[in-house]
Amino acid sequence: MSEPLVVFKDVIKRYGDFVAVRRMNLVIHPGEFIAIMGPSGCGKTTTLRMLAGLEQPSEGEIRISGKQMNEVSPSERDTPMVWQSLALFPFLNVLKNVEFGLKMRGTDSASRRQQSMEWLDRLGIAEFAERDVSLLSGGQRQRVALARALVTEPQVLLLDEPLSALDANLVIHMQGVLTRLQKELGITFVYVTHSQSEAFAMADRVVIMNEGAVLQVGSPQSVYRNPASRFVAEFVGTNNIISGTARSVKSNVVQLESNISTFKVSPSADQQIVEGSEYSFVISADQVSLSSEAETLENCIPCSLISEEFVGSVVTLFFEDESGTQFRVQKQQRDLDSLNLKIGETVWASWETRHAYLLPEDN
Amino acid sequence: MKESQSILLFIRLYIIIVFFFVFSPILASFVFSFNSDRFPSLPLGHFTLKWYEMIFDDPDVWDAFAVSIMVSITVGIISTFIGFCTAYTDFRYRFFGKNIYLALALLPPTIPLVIMGLAMLALLSRIGMSGEIHSIIVSHVVLCSPFAMAIVRMRLAQMDPQLEAAAWNLGASQWRAMSTIIFPFTFPAIISAFCLTMAVSFDEFAVAWFVSGLNKTVPVIILEILQGNVDPQINAIGTLVFIISITLVVIAQIIFMTKSTKSAHGFRI
Repeated sequence: MSEPLVVFKDVIKRYGDFVAVRRMNLVIHPGEFIAIMGPSGCGKTTTLRMLAGLEQPSEGEIRISGKQMNEVSPSERDTPMVWQSLALFPFLNVLKNVEFGLKMRGTDSASRRQQSMEWLDRLGIAEFAERDVSLLSGGQRQRVALARALVTEPQVLLLDEPLSALDANLVIHMQGVLTRLQKELGITFVYVTHSQSEAFAMADRVVIMNEGAVLQVGSPQSVYRNPASRFVAEFVGTNNIISGTARSVKSNVVQLESNISTFKVSPSADQQIVEGSEYSFVISADQVSLSSEAETLENCIPCSLISEEFVGSVVTLFFEDESGTQFRVQKQQRDLDSLNLKIGETVWASWETRHAYLLPEDN
Repeated sequence: MKESQSILLFIRLYIIIVFFFVFSPILASFVFSFNSDRFPSLPLGHFTLKWYEMIFDDPDVWDAFAVSIMVSITVGIISTFIGFCTAYTDFRYRFFGKNIYLALALLPPTIPLVIMGLAMLALLSRIGMSGEIHSIIVSHVVLCSPFAMAIVRMRLAQMDPQLEAAAWNLGASQWRAMSTIIFPFTFPAIISAFCLTMAVSFDEFAVAWFVSGLNKTVPVIILEILQGNVDPQINAIGTLVFIISITLVVIAQIIFMTKSTKSAHGFRI
């Protein structure tokens, strides 16, 4: 593995009594697209601001390219940021905004202009070079902010929820722009967001944070399929989490008795299951099958449809079983047509044991 | 519809009456400054410029204008600088007792001018600084800085707080960010604050009367002429003073209003 680009070693950030970041240890490699994700106030933005030098860690150290950065001022770092508000300079035109970083480095005006124009061209907004930033659309402003941050060709680019103000379809488009750009340039992107879809769509690795602590680091797939805790399982979207008491542990299958029914779950090799203890397992909404007849499948429960949510071709169905437990199932629209479900109707939901993922015990 | 029309009529009438009450004394002074009669009474005499000629020939009035202009320009510069620094401190930092700091910084204009004048005289004479031009300057700076601060602060409130950090992030030192971001952004407010504080200083009478000594400002000399006898000269001086102040205030308004509202709606500064 290559030399790490960014290292957080035992980093703690306190504001008075409030701990914003608790003992963070994180290694970011060159060329990686890493997304830091979590609910508001989880410490993700503080982490990013520490990387940019806008906040100093209370304890621990941050290294960039092997150099200790704790005391280095923001202006002496090579960590440009794309801000949530974009923070474009309102009294400068597009070109002057993009040139800013180069001007601060003392690049002469001719090459400043040339390099900035190249970036504007690359991002497809060269025609707006002389225009006032306030006259641009949201997507165009976004590109100006990107060009302004990238013009100095940094090793790492910080992005603080840059897409949060855009329309849904523009978000998808900009995600494409960002991923392509990152792969082409080979620059490390550190992307902070509260949106699971943004993080999962773009990142090589995601970092899930809550209340200042890093809960899980891994590829989007592994975080989604094997969440490290109940919080992660709940945070990363369309999962059903069912708790129950372990009854019998036999040949790698645990019988978990919940208030709905008894389900089979297979723990991973390193999980020690104690009979009589409480456990939770996750079944992704997209792994659940629906059938109008009671099937002989394992893990089968009757439940009735209470509402539906359309997101294009994918539909999320909300069910409730007899005990009142809510249940989410995600299906392709075309798969549902054959079932012809109506609100209030009862169907059988089932899943294969191997798709149920037993959560590690929460400490 | 009928009702809303009558409300509209009432509001228009109200505005006309307010403007009439506010501006009629000034208008009267303006009219009488060109009137040949010694006493301001109706019917008017004939048109004359003799009162203006009289003040132009009066070296005391010339001196007062010189003092007033000197004082107001100096006060404008110093109080705009202080006001800017105070507003920026408020914008940039969080610290213990900040509310008290702001309250104290905004306090001077709420103190009755006579009290302020007396207090200034007491202090300045004790430290041997009274009766000079700089005594008026010092006193007026105290009085005017809060206005400058309020104007710059309003402008800073319109600024994206991330803008300055964005400049640091792109390699600008703190001073560089100040000169390339904060200063251009607040520039309209700075000019506007300068004009307004200049106007306040130019018009101010009570404090100036206490501390000016022999260096009389225009408002002080007006009262002196008035105390001596009824002299239409004061109408002429008053008209000139009014024209100077209103020009400054209007400039301040135009710069601040157009620049800041335009930028708030996203137009070029």
